[in-house]
Amino acid sequence: MIQIKNVSKVYRNDTVETKALDDVAFEIKKGEFVAIMGPSGSGKSTLMHILGALDTPTSGTYILDGEEVGKLSDDKLAEIRNKKIGFVFQAFNLLPRTTAMKNVMLPMVYGDVAKSEREARAKKYLEMVGLGDRMQHTSSQLSGGQMQRVAIARSLVMDPAIILADEPTGNIASNQASEIMAIFQDLNEQGHTIIMITHEPDIAEHAKRIIHIKDGKIVKDSDKHSQRRAK
Amino acid sequence: MEFGEILSEALTALTINKMRTGLATLGIIIGIGAVIALISLGQSGQKAVESQIQSLGSNLLTVIPGSPNSGGIRQAAGGLTTLTYDDAKAITTSATVTDVANVSAELSRRAQVTSGKNNTNTQIIGVTPSYLTVHNLSMQSGSFIIQRDVDSLGKVVVIGPQVVSDLFGDGSNPIGQTIRVNKLALKVIGVTASKGGSGFMNQDDMVFVPLTTAQKQLFGVDYLSAISIQAKSDKVMTDAQDQVGYLLLSRHKIGNPAQADFSILSQQDIMGAASSITGTFTALLSGIAAISLVVGGIGIMNIMLVTVVERTREIGLRKALGAKKKSVIQQFLVESIILTMLGGVLGMVLGMVLSVAVSKIINLPFVISFQAIALAIGVSGGIGILFGWYPARKASNLSPIEALRYE
Repeated sequence: MIQIKNVSKVYRNDTVETKALDDVAFEIKKGEFVAIMGPSGSGKSTLMHILGALDTPTSGTYILDGEEVGKLSDDKLAEIRNKKIGFVFQAFNLLPRTTAMKNVMLPMVYGDVAKSEREARAKKYLEMVGLGDRMQHTSSQLSGGQMQRVAIARSLVMDPAIILADEPTGNIASNQASEIMAIFQDLNEQGHTIIMITHEPDIAEHAKRIIHIKDGKIVKDSDKHSQRRAK
Repeated sequence: MEFGEILSEALTALTINKMRTGLATLGIIIGIGAVIALISLGQSGQKAVESQIQSLGSNLLTVIPGSPNSGGIRQAAGGLTTLTYDDAKAITTSATVTDVANVSAELSRRAQVTSGKNNTNTQIIGVTPSYLTVHNLSMQSGSFIIQRDVDSLGKVVVIGPQVVSDLFGDGSNPIGQTIRVNKLALKVIGVTASKGGSGFMNQDDMVFVPLTTAQKQLFGVDYLSAISIQAKSDKVMTDAQDQVGYLLLSRHKIGNPAQADFSILSQQDIMGAASSITGTFTALLSGIAAISLVVGGIGIMNIMLVTVVERTREIGLRKALGAKKKSVIQQFLVESIILTMLGGVLGMVLGMVLSVAVSKIINLPFVISFQAIALAIGVSGGIGILFGWYPARKASNLSPIEALRYE
């Protein structure tokens, strides 16, 4: 599903070179639930940008769902993000003053999904995350946990190869955070591949596999821990 | 992304901040409004001038003293004293002048006219009987000046309807009454019919006296200010102009036509000069108005740039979710075009209301041209594209990472 081979990312700022990722390599198979953990400055955000096709590596190859996402044009990357990746952000990133329904329909607008189908799909996924009764609410009328559930519904509508969650519980109260983790675990059991970036160990424990990253290198990759159940 | 969706997204974005949308549009409303109002007022003015000049007769030639000046009217020409009543008589009787139907010798000055307690300052014209025919004038009541009045320095006067209302506002019949021009008592023998002019060359606001009376009794001069000539038809204007020109050159003993001490103007010449003056004014004023349009456009660009910064996170999100550069450009461009087109339509309405109001006040015909409407729509749409392009491009080039991080 995902193959990262010898990926490095170097940022050049005038004369100073910063190596954010240093020769990283790993594979993620279909149906995995992976947490990428590390302190701030470890390179996990850079890794997430590359995995999310928001950025391209300086060297090395990244193959997503059989397609090399190395040196594609901006518009081609936009298409990859639209079709193959479902994003869940720390700050939810919902459109303000817009209903949950419209927010969930947004990726389909850019993905050329037939108009007649959009509403049905959005409704299906909103019901799946337990927001069937709040579809016409705007973001300001929803709690943090509810907003993140809208974002999860949005990440699912294009039926992506992977769901990429960047600190998904970072802005949510802890009781609602476990609800979000429960949803991810449900999705994973239904066969969705999930990659979650976090710095909180107790959140990371909800995943089946944890990749530890530090100073741009993978320091530990374990799938032998006991997965913590959210419910 | 379909056009209908882009449109509805743009409208939603614009209605979120109504105050800002209104202010951004205001610049365009004022700019387009000013351009439309000035263009249509300019055209009204031009039309008014043309119809007045045309009402004087299309086969009219005017001989005025002063050297010829191609394409223009010499303003100081009245000060020259080279044309005489004998010149006019010669044009009538000469065998070489074959294409001229009527000749009118004229001396015009402004003077004070009084009747009892009323008085007015108006144009006094010393005329011969042919004035009536040459200038397409007719009588409302009484009779016009006849040749015997001219020969005998008759103390008679014919007045225009405007003068009647100025001097005899109480409704009494002016015929037979006495009015004073420069203290000389003259008896009113007729009133001319209204030609409905206004402003310059208003033929309703004139006082006609026998030419000789004007020359010897009123103003003490022996020259003419103009000779008006009616050609036999508008097809022989050039021939008539040449014939009169050669006759006067030989009478004035001038060999070189370039040194002639008179000019012959046709209606076309006068109309051309007058419309080129009004045309220049219209162009000048529209140019000034166009500057305000450019300022309005810069206002739109400003607002759009602010919008792009303000919506950085939104743009980043859209790009992360799969929006291509083209979609982002379209979204912002459509917003700025809607802003300017809205301004264009409202500005057009404002401009029309203004020009209707002004033409009512100064009594001009109201003209609204399709050119002006097409200009308003076209220019405002163009401004939307021109000044919206840069902010839209800026938005589309935002990196999704930077944009998502932006607080």
